[in-house]
Amino acid sequence: MRRFLHGLPGVEQVGEEARAAGLGTRSIKTTAKAQALDLAIRMVDLTTLEGSDTPGKVRALSSKAMRPDPADPTCPATAAVCVYPDMVAIAKETLGDSGVNVAAVATAFPSGRAALDIKLADTRDAVEAGADEIDMVIDRGAFLSGRYKAVFDEIVAVREACARPDGDSAHLKVIFETGELQTYDNVRRASWLAMMAGAHFIKTSTGKVQPAATLPVTLVMLEAVRDFRDSTGHMVGVKPAGGIRTAKDAIKYLVMVNEVVGGDWLDPDWFRFGASTLLNDLLMQRTKMTTGRYSGPDYFTLD
Amino acid sequence: MVSTGSTHDWTYAPAPESRSVVDIKESYGLFIDGEFTDGTGTSFKSINPATEEVLAEVAEASEADVDRAVKAARRAYTRVWSRMSGAERAKYLYRIARIIQERGRELAVLESIDNGKPIKESRDFDVPTAAAHFFYYAGWADKLKYAGYGETPLGVAGQVIPWNFPLLMLSWKIAPALAAGNTVVLKPAETTPLTALLFAEICQQAELPPGVVNIVTGAGDTGRSLVSHSDVDKVAFTGSTEVGRAIARAVAGTDKKVTLELGGKAANIVFDDAPIDQAIEGIVGGIFFNQGHVCCAGSRLLVQESVADEVMERLKRRMSTLRLGDPLDKNTDVGAINSGEQLTRIRELAGVGDAEGAERWEVACDLPTKGYWFPPTVFTGVSQAHRIAREEIFGPVLSVLTFRTPAEAVEKANNTPYGLSAGVWTDKGSRILSIANQLRAGVVWANTFNKFDPTSPFGGYKESGYGREGGRHGLQAYLKGER
Amino acid sequence: MARIDVRKTYKLYIGGQFPRSESGRSYVVNDAKGKLLANAALASRKDARDAVVAARKAFGGWSGRTAYNRAQVVYRIAEVLEGRREQFEAELRAAEGISPAKARTYVDAAIDRLVWYAGWADKLTQVVGNANPVAGPYFNLSTPEPSGVIAVVAPNGPLLGLVSVVAPLIVTGNTVVVIASEAHPLTAITLGEVMATSDLPGGVVNVLTGHQAEIAPWLASHMDVNGIDLTGVTDVELATELEAAAAENLKRVRRPSPDEDWLAEPGLERMTAFQETKTVWHPIGV
Repeated sequence: MRRFLHGLPGVEQVGEEARAAGLGTRSIKTTAKAQALDLAIRMVDLTTLEGSDTPGKVRALSSKAMRPDPADPTCPATAAVCVYPDMVAIAKETLGDSGVNVAAVATAFPSGRAALDIKLADTRDAVEAGADEIDMVIDRGAFLSGRYKAVFDEIVAVREACARPDGDSAHLKVIFETGELQTYDNVRRASWLAMMAGAHFIKTSTGKVQPAATLPVTLVMLEAVRDFRDSTGHMVGVKPAGGIRTAKDAIKYLVMVNEVVGGDWLDPDWFRFGASTLLNDLLMQRTKMTTGRYSGPDYFTLD
Repeated sequence: MVSTGSTHDWTYAPAPESRSVVDIKESYGLFIDGEFTDGTGTSFKSINPATEEVLAEVAEASEADVDRAVKAARRAYTRVWSRMSGAERAKYLYRIARIIQERGRELAVLESIDNGKPIKESRDFDVPTAAAHFFYYAGWADKLKYAGYGETPLGVAGQVIPWNFPLLMLSWKIAPALAAGNTVVLKPAETTPLTALLFAEICQQAELPPGVVNIVTGAGDTGRSLVSHSDVDKVAFTGSTEVGRAIARAVAGTDKKVTLELGGKAANIVFDDAPIDQAIEGIVGGIFFNQGHVCCAGSRLLVQESVADEVMERLKRRMSTLRLGDPLDKNTDVGAINSGEQLTRIRELAGVGDAEGAERWEVACDLPTKGYWFPPTVFTGVSQAHRIAREEIFGPVLSVLTFRTPAEAVEKANNTPYGLSAGVWTDKGSRILSIANQLRAGVVWANTFNKFDPTSPFGGYKESGYGREGGRHGLQAYLKGER
Repeated sequence: MARIDVRKTYKLYIGGQFPRSESGRSYVVNDAKGKLLANAALASRKDARDAVVAARKAFGGWSGRTAYNRAQVVYRIAEVLEGRREQFEAELRAAEGISPAKARTYVDAAIDRLVWYAGWADKLTQVVGNANPVAGPYFNLSTPEPSGVIAVVAPNGPLLGLVSVVAPLIVTGNTVVVIASEAHPLTAITLGEVMATSDLPGGVVNVLTGHQAEIAPWLASHMDVNGIDLTGVTDVELATELEAAAAENLKRVRRPSPDEDWLAEPGLERMTAFQETKTVWHPIGV
């Protein structure tokens, strides 16, 4: 495992960041922008992960996910809401068969510092409560101390815990907490490790550690899923999470997806934004495009 | 809300930069002694290479015009500029740097219109780097005694620049010359005179004393008159090796000091342990930056045989995302070929590649019907014996060769009369240093390519010319003293 | 009866060997009073060609040596010269008809010049190189490197002049083909003997004797010569012709310097005239 991961091509930090910045200079206008805004909304995992979360908060968030802009029925719903396991049932109840998924963070989120059986129980709880997707965290301590096999086995185990009695399975997103992995080389290795262990999605961050999602980190992960498909034929999704707050930023990510891995990934099944405040900026920009004037926060719900 | 196409097909809408920031006159004269004056010769047209639209009529400086310009420069040198303190000269250069920044968008749009290069390059590279050069050399003007080349300027510099980076090459030439206390007569390339003429206006805005900078437009004859003028003390030329040779011959037996920045056929060496994604970016940027109109372009890709297939596959995929078209569109990566003449030369050499049996692959893209265009192109199966591996194409055409061992890579990289630049891609630090030591080239980019900075000397070995531009070294070309 | 002298045959110095001219020609070298000193080899264009091949062959190894090592070799030349100073003083007096004191001065200066240049080998990079603070995350270093094979037309000073033009070139890693003073070529060959016994690899310095006007154009137009030093060319027309011929492959040209004071401290210029600046970039990242 180590030999394989350390045999992956290195990532030259400066060049990687220059490429990401270069893609960030694309100018997306008019029809292309309208298309991007709707797509971005459809890719949002609308997230609340606070100690202060309550059923009321989660219900409100779920309503917003289904109808982000109550004034405009053409506005698409988000991909999912993302909550702690104990809020899954509440979210599921509100969302019903709207098509908006429930994603639950599990495995002793955000630190991942708990025994494996506790992490697995955490996962099973969420799946039983109806979670469609599980966002697990990897054991960064194990990763950074070189115990790649331990990280791998844990992902495999969690994926097994995602199984439902009906033979189906919740989709597994694997969070690296790239801010703790520090180097792009580590992010590339973590990506391959998670993909080989069966992740459906690879995700940058919990949102609890800075820096969270960045364009270059996401670029490394996109390169990984691209190369993984080239060599195995399997497609894996990518989810940057944390720190993406503006429509302008979201569009930069979409440009990157478009030009690095191509249109196949321009779909909520394969690319997501983990975000909370991003949605309102997307809505404001969307309104600006339809009305031709700038909007303000008072015109959008705060849930 | 309108949504066009499926999510899988996302087409960027046009994002053109506004042309309204520039005001192109119908005709331009010469800039001599602080004023625009009519030339006594004929005139020529500057054309937008992306549309073939005539932009302006520009005076072609005759021998008499050049003489007038040199006299103005001599007067300004003797009476004003050589007597002024370095600190005061610096202030003019700082002013110019600032005005370039202030009028940056205007310069960028004009450069893209006249040259055909993408606005994102003129806006994010050419113009800011030009301003940076003035800012950098401004600071040297009153610190020459610390640079180690004495403090005595040469006198009048005759400078001839190419069409690939018109404003930037102007700044590479004028900034160090003025900082060291020389005055200049500069001839921009005949296909791209407009930003130099706008620069003349900037000199007026900066209230630079008349005659310190003179701009004479024209073609080869004007250039010859300038470099062979008996009262020119210093000749600085950037352009083809062929013309560089002629200049070196012309100044033989004179006291003229010369620097020449000539052609190249740089090897970009990719080892099997290279940071692959960055190497691909470096290959692409190395040859397709500025349509490959770059003397230090990485036009020979030397890739280790063990990774050649993988590199080619990734390279082609990456090239397919290059956006060719309207230079003023902010999303354009590859613009127009600068002139019909250059396009003919590129086509000719690419044709030779075909004829010699190399395999041509080009990006499938619709070329605009008007203007001069050539798609990003790669030739594989190229050997050192092919002309496309030896001659500078100066266009978006990459020749790919393979190697097996580091020794073979170095041998092939150095097997050229040129020696301007080279690239090396590997994750192994000691190998970088070893290869960089062995490469006979003035600039070696390791795990990066086509990077430039005012503080960093640039220039070639062998037939790529002599002298350095940029950095402390760049002052040497404009000062009498030795170190 | 007086003993009959054993005379020395003066040949060329090419690739560490002392061959006769391939042409089989020689020319008469007289002393200051016009009396025969010796027959010197009259080098041909083919000798010049062989000398360039030898210099090119030696270039990789010599330029690849550590600066410290080149310093030691050049210093060694000074040491050996010091040991043979009487021979050189005698040769200078015979060739130029100068006083013993003057001959001593020249030999002293030549030895001291070698020592001076030897010390530069591992310092020049520090003085003319630069770390460049570029505006970005890049390590960027400019260092001098030798231009390659340099042809030199030596000035008339048979020892000091020759040492003064050759030492700055070899100490920086170039290899040299030098045309010795036409009038006083013999000392140059004796100096070749010194170099041949001073750990200087064969081919680093190659000495040709003969007619400047015959050999120099072949070197000036030679496409495998990277630079030409015209110091000893006194004919203005010839100098112009040579410079023009040198343009064919953009040789670095050092123009004639007729009024040079060979006893003065030289400065760096003779070294830097045949140095290239190489700038290496590398990104800085983790």
